[in-house]
Amino acid sequence: MSDVTTPAVELRGVTKRYGDVTALRTIDLAIDRGTLVTLLGPSGCGKTTMLRLIAGLERPDDGRILIGGRDVTLAAASERNIGMVFQSYALFPHMTVLENVCYGLRAGGMKKAEAIAAATDKIALVGLAGYESRLPSELSGGQQQRVAVARAIVLEPEVLLFDEPLSNLDAKLRRHVREEIRELQQSLSLTAVYVTHDQQEALAISDRILVMNMAAVAQDGSPRALYEQPESRFVADFIGDANIVPIEVRRIDGPLAEIDLAGLVLTLPHHGATVGAAELAIRPQSVGLAPGAGAPGTLPGRLATAAYLGSHMEYRVRITPEIELFVVSPDVAAPLKPGCDVAVSVAADGVAIIPGR
Amino acid sequence: MDGFPRSAKIWLVVAWAALIALPWYGLGGIPRGVPAWPAVVQASAGARGWLIPLILALIPATVAVFGRARPRLLVAAAATAILWTVIEGFAIVHNGWGVAALGPWFADPAPTQPALGWGALVFLVAMLMLIANGLARQGVCRGDVFVTGAILLVVALIALFVIYPALCIFVSAVKDNDGGFAPELFGAKLFGRPIWGIDCLVGGGACGTAWNTVVVATVVGVVTTLLGLAFALLALRTRVPMKPLIGLLSVLPIITPPFVIGLALILLFGRSGAVTIWVADLFHVPRTRWIYGVTGITVAQVLAFTPISFLVMIGVLQGVAPSLEEAAETLRAGRWRTFRTITWPLIRPGLANAFLIAFIESMADFANPLMIGGNFTVLSTDIFFAVVGTTHDQGRAAVLAIVLLTFTLTAFQAQRAWVGRRGYATMGGKGAAGRATELPGGLKALCYGLALPYLALTVAVYGTIMVGGFVESIGRDNTPTLRHLITAFSIEKGIGGWFLSGSAWNSLVTTFEVALIAMPFTAAIGIVVAWLLDRQRFAGRQAFEFLAMMSFAIPGTVIGVSYILAFNVPPLALTGTGTIIAIAFAFRNMPVGIRAGIANLAQIDRSLDEASLTLGARSLRTLVLVLLPLMRPAVTTALVYSFVRAVTAVSAVIFLVTGEYQLATVYIVGRADVGDYGVAIVYSAMLIVLMLLILLIIRLGVGLNRPGARPVRGTASLTPATMVQP
Repeated sequence: MSDVTTPAVELRGVTKRYGDVTALRTIDLAIDRGTLVTLLGPSGCGKTTMLRLIAGLERPDDGRILIGGRDVTLAAASERNIGMVFQSYALFPHMTVLENVCYGLRAGGMKKAEAIAAATDKIALVGLAGYESRLPSELSGGQQQRVAVARAIVLEPEVLLFDEPLSNLDAKLRRHVREEIRELQQSLSLTAVYVTHDQQEALAISDRILVMNMAAVAQDGSPRALYEQPESRFVADFIGDANIVPIEVRRIDGPLAEIDLAGLVLTLPHHGATVGAAELAIRPQSVGLAPGAGAPGTLPGRLATAAYLGSHMEYRVRITPEIELFVVSPDVAAPLKPGCDVAVSVAADGVAIIPGR
Repeated sequence: MDGFPRSAKIWLVVAWAALIALPWYGLGGIPRGVPAWPAVVQASAGARGWLIPLILALIPATVAVFGRARPRLLVAAAATAILWTVIEGFAIVHNGWGVAALGPWFADPAPTQPALGWGALVFLVAMLMLIANGLARQGVCRGDVFVTGAILLVVALIALFVIYPALCIFVSAVKDNDGGFAPELFGAKLFGRPIWGIDCLVGGGACGTAWNTVVVATVVGVVTTLLGLAFALLALRTRVPMKPLIGLLSVLPIITPPFVIGLALILLFGRSGAVTIWVADLFHVPRTRWIYGVTGITVAQVLAFTPISFLVMIGVLQGVAPSLEEAAETLRAGRWRTFRTITWPLIRPGLANAFLIAFIESMADFANPLMIGGNFTVLSTDIFFAVVGTTHDQGRAAVLAIVLLTFTLTAFQAQRAWVGRRGYATMGGKGAAGRATELPGGLKALCYGLALPYLALTVAVYGTIMVGGFVESIGRDNTPTLRHLITAFSIEKGIGGWFLSGSAWNSLVTTFEVALIAMPFTAAIGIVVAWLLDRQRFAGRQAFEFLAMMSFAIPGTVIGVSYILAFNVPPLALTGTGTIIAIAFAFRNMPVGIRAGIANLAQIDRSLDEASLTLGARSLRTLVLVLLPLMRPAVTTALVYSFVRAVTAVSAVIFLVTGEYQLATVYIVGRADVGDYGVAIVYSAMLIVLMLLILLIIRLGVGLNRPGARPVRGTASLTPATMVQP
């Protein structure tokens, strides 16, 4: 139908409005074949709308949508070559596992025997062989989730859409299932669009992440790029709970900038910042705390709160009246006490300049 | 672009077949002779040249479908065909020009044509479906042919069987008895004394019918609302075990033919009623006819409609989370203070709703005023007498119908606006947990004070109906007898074997037949409309909803009159057939199916539809394979209630019955009218018992209508409250 270089999904200037509210503002996006792209953002950012637009469950007010090189802007969901895994799984409660998985094949006109063979195959693939004649209500949440995946992939769609597929599972199961989804996607080299609001989930499974905010894409990149080089205060804050503190860029020198953080001078990649006021994102894990005060290359601070979380300690440190840092420390053996003075150091690999202010 | 889907081609072939092979004129039975000729023959050999445009219109439609797909051309051709059928249908009728002004323009003699037949109907439906294909192709309803077609068909049906008859009333209202245009008569009738007079206040005569109706409806509305509230409070806010009573009260209004209560009141309190005679003998009070008139109507309607108010109030009270009352109590509020500051403000909007529903029901009620009204007339009975009475004034009937329709539609609009605006009783999400607070003592006593007399009277009424048929003449001669039962329901062995010789069998069998025929159509149209309203987005959805639900607010009497006016003459002649009765049932009971469907769909997550769509199934497949299996409760409810309501209906069909198509309820009313109470009571009792049995069997079978039952995952249980709340 189309060659490998054609993007699996393409959005050109797609806009969606609900009444006066703009849910998506002129989105341009091309998704390569075989990649898993995550749409990440807080609720109401437009990520689910974008997924539903791709699925054909909503119509854009403006722009074109292409799937596999074919313009499907006006096509109904049933006429698009997609598969979707719903948040609620949306398994048909009155049909068995086999009937659920066969449903799309039969709707597409496949003969019953062939449909059953293909469905049985995919049910086995997701590890549910032997469960074919069960009703969805007789399955656990994790099993239902797998049926939903099998039902979607059995159609061999151009793109597989996941709408927060893990949010109905408990925390332990979530990690396991997300690994399974990633493994399946890679072994079948499926193209997938994955919606979530959980940044850890997004970092763990994605080839590429679109961080969304206020109906637009805030940043588009690999998990590592997003974490290490957030381009905006929003992205830095949303991915990895960074501390955002005001800084002064003093000097630009090639790719590096010399900055002043409350008196502490650091040299970092400038990320396009110019001389003057800017902000710095500091990861909670990159802040070092030592009891006492005054070592060179550190900032003096006072510990405001301390919490023991088993695997690590969480602290709040006050540097100046305006600057308070959230710190995660792996050292649980010798915890610091609230109220004590500490020397605060910042590791250069866990900080990034956010240009402009 | 590729061609049209197969359905368009099939409909086109159907349209050609309708023109070439099916009888163009004459419904009902198998038409013979000239009317049975198909349209092409009518146009050529029958010299009915005005049918030629229909054939011509089909040619571009054929090109549009089978050639390169041309949706605009298809829509234009099919719409032209429909429009032309309507125009020529009204212009040329059985006795010449339908519009007199056409006469001078054309040659004598005026052409004539009989009423439309199967060919015409099939042709029109096919045209509608071709329009749907053309519109969907242009992106209407997301390009979904089935949705577009369903909307067009439903709108066409409502236009034909609800709007068109209503318009006929307006036309008839401005005509005199000979059919001449007489607008001045209309004004005189509309604003005249018989309707708006206030002589009972200032003169000494009777007041106008409109005032009578409004006053009775207001009193009935207030009293039933209070009674309904009292019962609801007792059921949900005391420890009294009321479950069985709730169950009974919820089915009584549905299974009871509307005139039964009036009939029982006459048998109890009429001039020779059981209670009247007993009191007269005991206290030597002269026997009077006090029950006939406004008192009787009010009492009968209060008895009849309180269960409906009760079901509405139960729904409202269930919407008040007990945790709110518990919260108030933890904040140091006593029981009385909790009721006054928390419960009461939350249920107050529900009271207005219950009042308006009872108000509409009272105005629309026809059978009780007919039975027990005496000389006191309300609009619904006045309409009836204007049509069947000695004066036979259709214009007057039409004017009265307009007044009544204005009242009920206004109340209906008010009720919808009110319910739409005040939703907070159901707000608060979860929190249904917790135990309801007991009513304060004084209030509890008040509730009992209201509820117990009502219950006593209800027991007396149903007791009278159940027992009264098995004595010679209840009140006067209480000797037990099976005489009435035998008269009505005897089965004898004759020459050809067993046959039903009782006088009631004919009407009972006809009733069941017609109700059974109407049943699937009522349910189907109701469920489809519910699905369109709940699951599809399309332009004009709100207007569509109003149209669909409006028939709830059209009193049966008005429907009856409008059907006589609309379907007595071509282009669509249906009166005198069983079909028109079935159609009246279907459109009158359609809201039942709509409400059941919407309530059911609300419990089915939308993601199921969406999942089906993303799996490549279109809307029709999704509806049939995914939604309908999950809507079994709604389908059952719609089927059963449409059947039961059809069997117990009086007002609409009393105008439509004929000797051949006699119905149970109309037969009973006729018996009671001539004083043959024995048969009337026995027959009423028989109907009530039969309907109760049907409901019981269904309830045991599918677990329908258990108030308060929690919906099971993936299925739904429907309370009768869904049935009474418009």
